[in-house]
Amino acid sequence: MTATTDYESGGRAAHPAARSDRVFGTLTLAAAVIVLLTLLGVFVSLVMGAWPAFHEFGAKFLVTEKWNPVTEKFGALAPLYGTVITSVIAMLIAVPVGLGIAIFLTETCPRPLRRPLGIAIELLAGIPSIIYGIWGLFVFAPFMQKVVQPALIATLGKLPLIGDLFAGPPYGIGILTAGLILAMMVLPFIASLARDIFLTVPDMLRESAYGLGMTRWEVNRHIVIPHVRTALVGGVMLALGRALGETMAVTFVIGNAHRITTSILQPGTTISAAIANEFTEATTPLYTASLVALGLVLFILTFIVLAAAQWMLRRMKAKAGV
Amino acid sequence: MDTLTRDRSPFTFQEVDPAPKPRISIRNLEFFYGETRALKGIDLDLPENQVTAFIGPSGCGKSTLLRVLNRMYDLYPHQRATGEVLLDGENILAKGTDLNRLRAKVGMVFQKPTPFPMTIHENIAFGLRLNGTAKSEIDDRVQAALKGAALWEEVKDKLNASGQSLSGGQQQRLCIARTIAVEPEVILLDEPASALDPISTAKIEETIHQLKERFTIAIVTHNMQQASRVSDRTAFMYLGELIETGETAQIFTRPREERTSDYITGRFG
Repeated sequence: MTATTDYESGGRAAHPAARSDRVFGTLTLAAAVIVLLTLLGVFVSLVMGAWPAFHEFGAKFLVTEKWNPVTEKFGALAPLYGTVITSVIAMLIAVPVGLGIAIFLTETCPRPLRRPLGIAIELLAGIPSIIYGIWGLFVFAPFMQKVVQPALIATLGKLPLIGDLFAGPPYGIGILTAGLILAMMVLPFIASLARDIFLTVPDMLRESAYGLGMTRWEVNRHIVIPHVRTALVGGVMLALGRALGETMAVTFVIGNAHRITTSILQPGTTISAAIANEFTEATTPLYTASLVALGLVLFILTFIVLAAAQWMLRRMKAKAGV
Repeated sequence: MDTLTRDRSPFTFQEVDPAPKPRISIRNLEFFYGETRALKGIDLDLPENQVTAFIGPSGCGKSTLLRVLNRMYDLYPHQRATGEVLLDGENILAKGTDLNRLRAKVGMVFQKPTPFPMTIHENIAFGLRLNGTAKSEIDDRVQAALKGAALWEEVKDKLNASGQSLSGGQQQRLCIARTIAVEPEVILLDEPASALDPISTAKIEETIHQLKERFTIAIVTHNMQQASRVSDRTAFMYLGELIETGETAQIFTRPREERTSDYITGRFG
């Protein structure tokens, strides 16, 4: 008797439950839509803000190196170049080292050392970028100027072909220094991401590779890394996104010069550094519009990086037949 | 009855059941996970070209024993073994043992299929290349291994598909093919069919049957029918001890120990 009543009331209660489910669904949908609207809003306002600059300079804005606030001639090429080069330097160093750290932590590290090392890496990732900047300017740049750069100029600078990359006087600050600081900043990010990714590899897969008589190197090179390549490329692209947009530390050590030099020892600038440095000085509408246009370029560059990541992943999957 | 089984003088183990020539001889093996002793004084021979099944309730140490035979436990700190495991007269537990060579000689197939993240062909060719097999031979060896694992007919038209795209049973046979391709001497199977459906299981068992002509096989299984179907000899383990070992027919029809008969009749475990 009671059971039947319960059952029936349960049946009647289904209506309000369904309604609350609908409300819940709508709320989560709204939360997701906010993201899209924000993205669209940022893009639209960037385009509108940058419009005067593109109206004035057209597509030449992207391929002009000159950046002259006095004559109001602006071009994005130098900061664009600096952004890409510093990020490339950073990734060239941080990706192999970060993967090395992650493999060490998951494979060869003695157990008692694992936690302290892991925590140290997370702490490194938590250091505010202004600290990297100030350390970079007052400690790292002088070290580069006195030790590293003279050594590079004396050795690699003498070589044919790549010698030009390491030419000129040692300023301390410059593209290479900024790239190295960026590498230090994204390194813990890559290492801890990669460690978490490597931990998802099933023990049994590792064991079956060792079971064939593979060495540690072979297991990691041919089994572990390919098994998680999708996640790894995703992680590296995230790190690249960070490096491309990193502002404070780079602004401190890059020298903020709107020019393109072959030598990575010379000062340069990046998009975010240029914007951060010059926003307060941008007194004319065209100057402001040019800075916003730089922002738009960075926005699109980041978008292209993510799109390229997706494309690469799809191609790799097709090749591996997954 | 009880007195008869305990009376060991006229029918000692060695006389009743003279084991054929051993490929692996385990002598006084003890195994430790940290401080916990998981294997206690194991003495056991794995005869050449025979299938030896390890049975026993969960936690009895049968998988642990298997993992000693290719020193897989070495990957983990705090796991160690003492005693002797002789393969071709050499103690593989000795310090200077070349683990990569050992594991090439003692292949292993796991509970769940673990195809490598590559194509079907590469899954097998990879181990061969590591072994230094000549390039010209690889395709033939891959084909032979797939035939040996009874998988060739199902995959011959899609060797370049991913190994991970196969069904569970096919993946497991791919893992067997990968293992036999490098021509080991011994194959360890750790519950190779526990994650598979009955049809795939039957195929795996059929494969095992054919493989023993060329290899010495040790198989851990929870499935008593499987043990009786595929093995020549059975070792019953309980709480880290080897309780009884003998020909499979004898263990399943006339076990000497009460604990063995309790287990195989399903009274515990």
